[in-house]
Amino acid sequence: MGKDIIIRIGGEGGEGVISAGDMLAQASARAGLEVLTFKTFPAEIKGGYAMYQFRVSAEEILSHGDTFNIVVVFNAEAYEVNKGLLKPGNVLVYDGPDAGIDPKPIEGVVQYAVPMTKISKVDLSSPISKNMVALGAVVQLFSFPMDSLVELVRNKFRKKGEEIVNINLKALEAGAEYVRSNIKKSDRFIVHPTKPEGDAILLSGNEAIGLGALVAGCEFFSCYPITPATEIAIWLAKHLPKTNGIVVQAEDEIASLGHVIGASYAGAKAMTGTSGPGLDLMTELLGFASMAELPLVIADVQRGGPSTGLPTKSEQSDLFLAARGGHGDFPRIVLAAATIEDCFYLTVDAFNLAEKYQMPVIILSDGSLAFRTEKIKRPDLAKLNIMNREVYSGNGEFKRYEITDSGISAVSLPGQPGGQYIATGLEHSETAAPKYSPDYHAMMTEKRFRKIENIEDEYAASEYDGNGDEDIGIISWGLTQCSVREAVKRCREKGLKVSALYPRMVFPVPVKAIRKFASSVKKVLMPEVNYQGQFAELVRAHAGINPIRYDIYGGLPFTPEQIEAKIKEVI
Amino acid sequence: MEVTQQLKPKDYRSDIPPVWCAGCGDYGVLASLTTAFSANHASTANTVLVSGIGCSSRLPYFVTTFGMHTCHGRAVPIATGIKLARPELKVIVVGGDGDNFSIGGGHLPHVARKNIDITLIVMDNSIYGLTKNQVSPTSRAGMVTSTTPYGSPDVPLNPIAYALVYGATFVAQSFSSNARLTADLIGQAMNHKGFAFINVISPCPTFNKVDTFEYYKPLLRNIDEVHTDKGDKIKALSLAMTMGRESATVPIGLFYQENRPSYVELLSGIKTRNKGTNKPDLEKIIDVFKL
Ligand SMILES: Cc1ncc(C[n+]2csc(CCOP(=O)(O)OP(=O)(O)O)c2C)c(N)n1
Ligand code: SF4
Repeated sequence: MGKDIIIRIGGEGGEGVISAGDMLAQASARAGLEVLTFKTFPAEIKGGYAMYQFRVSAEEILSHGDTFNIVVVFNAEAYEVNKGLLKPGNVLVYDGPDAGIDPKPIEGVVQYAVPMTKISKVDLSSPISKNMVALGAVVQLFSFPMDSLVELVRNKFRKKGEEIVNINLKALEAGAEYVRSNIKKSDRFIVHPTKPEGDAILLSGNEAIGLGALVAGCEFFSCYPITPATEIAIWLAKHLPKTNGIVVQAEDEIASLGHVIGASYAGAKAMTGTSGPGLDLMTELLGFASMAELPLVIADVQRGGPSTGLPTKSEQSDLFLAARGGHGDFPRIVLAAATIEDCFYLTVDAFNLAEKYQMPVIILSDGSLAFRTEKIKRPDLAKLNIMNREVYSGNGEFKRYEITDSGISAVSLPGQPGGQYIATGLEHSETAAPKYSPDYHAMMTEKRFRKIENIEDEYAASEYDGNGDEDIGIISWGLTQCSVREAVKRCREKGLKVSALYPRMVFPVPVKAIRKFASSVKKVLMPEVNYQGQFAELVRAHAGINPIRYDIYGGLPFTPEQIEAKIKEVI
Repeated sequence: MEVTQQLKPKDYRSDIPPVWCAGCGDYGVLASLTTAFSANHASTANTVLVSGIGCSSRLPYFVTTFGMHTCHGRAVPIATGIKLARPELKVIVVGGDGDNFSIGGGHLPHVARKNIDITLIVMDNSIYGLTKNQVSPTSRAGMVTSTTPYGSPDVPLNPIAYALVYGATFVAQSFSSNARLTADLIGQAMNHKGFAFINVISPCPTFNKVDTFEYYKPLLRNIDEVHTDKGDKIKALSLAMTMGRESATVPIGLFYQENRPSYVELLSGIKTRNKGTNKPDLEKIIDVFKL
């Protein structure tokens, strides 16, 4: 095979596109290949175009890629959506002949007709197994490991009974058999299992956030369902009780952050997960938590657009809200995940930072990352450092909001005699009594912000990739980093001098790293998936540099190709 | 552990003096609360008082227990979080009618139906005190306030009827100056397993010139005179709907009590949540993602 293959499956929502794709991805991962998936689906439950794309490679995969090599279309709509993207070297597998898809020959595009509907409906009398017929054909055409697929099908349908397992296996075989007897392979794509399985795990971004929370010691999770964040709750609802933790579905996002605040006051490590509209509702309590100095974590899985916007699409447009949302001046920390590994490790970091600095920490993920699955190295728990808030020792006078050099003051937990205090959102004295004098407000505001004054020295806020003298440097955040990494690699292979800075923490803005980075390059480029160039704006304001912006805002992430083209344009 | 010696009511008072106007009904509630704490040997370390925003919501500062003074309307969910994380704590919410029935009104049905094991004491003065004289959800129809200069067009809500219908398992009403009854009900509520709701009519002499101590005194009737079967919800509801604040009699006392498992008891996965006692097998959970 070439270095890697990108396969896209398109069909109608509810037609099994996603589950067929999931199984292929899983089988590839089991065969030792690297895998990265990318899905989009309609907001509606049934109908509409659903797409599952996955990239397999013997080598490290940096992003979801530019486009596809192979496209499998289940219906005419999926064909219409994708036909314009077909390029020489691509393969089209479609439901046909006689299924309403009538592809015109395209120079250099290999086309295979597999009568998916006919085989499932007429030959097998089981119309719902069309996706399994397609899967069988794809497995046969590109040499995916069939044994692994058979096992996955068994596992998936075991609960539904032997009969259902057999129908699906029969459909899988029928698809494969059709290819063996009727199709002469004329493309170059073959999947070769390479490495042994190794100690890897396969999971989605939302699952990785859930797992990260659990590993970080999360004991309490409360949420209100919202796409694309709900799977965090679904996963934790299943697994958190195993560690004696609690998952609550609240009446709304205000209540869910309220629950989290109460749990945190009581001493628990607590978290909520939401998307933009939910974070909007939480901002008053976010300010309260920061003022009352309570550690907590909010995962904001960004969707596209304002209001209800694009519920199943993704954008990087909640940064202003996460960094700036809320009235009055109050500190908070915002981390941004770019990969599945980030979703896991940054969630652990988020809990640690929340505990250390006693303030809310927001993790920004997004819709693409939420549903993407990726194979990652199994985390080594022994290597993880888990932090806990500084607790009052019980000796001496207890001042909950004591003015200290670090800004951090010890906290007591209910039940601790001598530790009684009122956690409060009113401006207060060191002992938490209401105090509104200008002196106190100034002193306490400074105390609260002092906690994170040196955070850049205490936390690895960004990763630098360069050697200190490049023509162009790229600063990117969140998912965009994936496509930037791939574009940077390609540009360097072509001899361009490009460097990159990958911030993990986007607020407070890692000013020192950004200034240093900016002085090492001739130009700074900042690609973002939002209209306002939100991070560029913060960087401009905080670091005092003036980057070249590249904003896209259609609800889809950048491709490496887009970034590469922009680098070449501005260099 | 704390000394179990019984504290006197005044021992529950902090050195922060109340900021309430002279004659405010909330003083009576504070006194009844500390009386109830004393009578029930409440531990100042294991009790948490949570409030939202309003004159009445200042109360936690005046008491020596743990406490939280939070955002307008959000005391109930915050108290819920405390109780779910640490079921051994006594969690009590105090606040106003605006706080709990208006801005926080959306939380009430859920804390009640989930039967979260907390006590909610509403100091109901039928006016917004802290923001100085605006109409409240329990203001009577036609009431003149700063935002309803031509009389309020709204129909008042009936706190007792709501609590009953939402599924609260302990529903009571008291009157601020009836210290003995109020303290007694607070004690019962604290010992009740599940969500306990007490509406304490607590006049605001500064802004509410209608629902005054003098207005109420002759109308108050101990509900026990007409209602002894506290498990009879329909009777309780009928009394709540017919003997309201604008009728000839205003019943005070316990309307309803029911024994229903609390949320904490029903949740799977919670045992005694003592830190570090049981180490979960995280590796086994990570295995879920093994290929
Ligand atoms: C989100 C929000 N909206 C409005 C306010 C202003 N506010 C403070 S207290 C209050 C109403 C107080 O009335 P009530 O809860 O009945 O308490 P009382 O002062 O009468 O005891 C209002 C509207 C606020 N603090 N926060
Ligand atoms: S304004 Fe009314 S409720 Fe507020 S303290 Fe004064 S009397 Fe009490």
